[in-house]
Amino acid sequence: MTVITFAGPSGKRQEFVTEETTTAMTVARLNGVSGIEAECGGSLSCATCHVYVAESDVHKLPPASEDELEMLELVAAERRPTSRLCCQIVLGDNVDSLVLELPETQF
Amino acid sequence: MPGDRIGGAPDSVVILGAGHAGSQLAVALRDKGFTGGITLVNGEAEAPYQRPPLSKAYMANGQGDALWFLKPESYVAKDIRLVAGPAISVDRADRSVTLADGTSVGYGHLVFATGTRNRPLPGPWADRGVRTLKTLRDATALRAMLDQTRSLAIIGGGFIGLELAAYANRRGIDVDIVERGPRLMARAVSEPISEHFLAQHRAAGIRVHLDTGVASLDRVGRLTRLTLDGDSHVEADLVIAAIGVTAETSLAQAAGLAVEDGILVDEQLRTEDPAISAIGDCARFPSAHADAPLRLESVQNANDHARLVAGRLTGTPATYDALPWFWSDQGADKLQIAGLPGAADRRVRRGTAESGRFTVFSFRDGRLFAAESVNMPADHMVARRLIASGGIVDADALATPENALKTFLQHRQDA
Repeated sequence: MTVITFAGPSGKRQEFVTEETTTAMTVARLNGVSGIEAECGGSLSCATCHVYVAESDVHKLPPASEDELEMLELVAAERRPTSRLCCQIVLGDNVDSLVLELPETQF
Repeated sequence: MPGDRIGGAPDSVVILGAGHAGSQLAVALRDKGFTGGITLVNGEAEAPYQRPPLSKAYMANGQGDALWFLKPESYVAKDIRLVAGPAISVDRADRSVTLADGTSVGYGHLVFATGTRNRPLPGPWADRGVRTLKTLRDATALRAMLDQTRSLAIIGGGFIGLELAAYANRRGIDVDIVERGPRLMARAVSEPISEHFLAQHRAAGIRVHLDTGVASLDRVGRLTRLTLDGDSHVEADLVIAAIGVTAETSLAQAAGLAVEDGILVDEQLRTEDPAISAIGDCARFPSAHADAPLRLESVQNANDHARLVAGRLTGTPATYDALPWFWSDQGADKLQIAGLPGAADRRVRRGTAESGRFTVFSFRDGRLFAAESVNMPADHMVARRLIASGGIVDADALATPENALKTFLQHRQDA
């Protein structure tokens, strides 16, 4: 089980609880979280599901793959050390809670 | 109830079709602050879902719920009225749509997002067990059949056929692909990319028959026997035809709208009726990226069309000029296409086919207009920006791997 929170740039927070293994992108999409476009549906082709992982949660996630790092080079908003594409963030028993901040834009 | 009329306020939007274009439009309208009624006419029994994974990830994992655009309760939360439909007629004078159950839904603005339908199978193919893929239901049935399949023949060497072929091959199924044209994915990619994927699929053990039509098709016991041009034969447990689609325009045509394999729209995606727009795979629109009006079958096109119309309906009209892009996952290879790779007067390559990671850049009149990347996602992203900003970049410099691609963007910005 994972408690996942999406924090919008304006401060709006949306919290969801997932029981199954899924990706943070899928949770955002199914719940209609504004600010995650996820145009390619999670195939690492578009870089429109960019998020900033909360500093305190970075250690909970395995590092990004080479391909994800390449795509992160070209996200529309500022790239930070905590930047990830949330289609690559797998939620499962290994992650109890996660706070993801949304960037200003995905385009 | 039959005859009941719902909605109809001037600010209500009715969307016909709940694929990428229709679903994205409903969500984008709410994101942009639209407070009027939104009716999304699905046309299928399942909650609206993404189609691209049906020939890719869904074949492998079978997770139908993961394909949903929104959870069913999210439609309620966003005040999007999802109706199963389908729509059976449009009355433009009355500004209303009649659904299959006889209900009438009034609209202030109507949007066709009806997508495509599979090209009909020739003659007796369907009766002889040839399968097609369009819906989640089709995909679920195919998955179950593939469990029992040792040999598969795929008619059509486009994206869908090749994605299915690569998946089946990885599962150990013996695969033949029969393609009538001289190369794979001819409509969508350049020759070097066709050649690369031909080599990849053949190296994986798939038999690819190019320049080959199916002369006849017969059941022989539990097998299907395909007689190919030149009188060779292929026998398979299962035959899938992936021979393309045509725009689903029957309702629009019946409503008197102009149709030419696609509902004709202007640069703002409006039909000739100011109360009606058309978006996504079903729309034929003028484009700065092509000489003649385009109809594209892609997620990008559906999403960008949807956002443009959502903007117009909420007070920020714009001209559509988004750069087309596409992707396809085939076996271990990720193909990403930026722009429309048509006739080029020069093509240069970064990386090598041997390394399995390369990009083909296409130039016309000295400008970069398309880039096709194999396992080079960063190249794809840079190329999209370069092309969208006019494609002014030096071909020789681009072909030099020592020049980091990102620097081309910086040069452009500095210029």
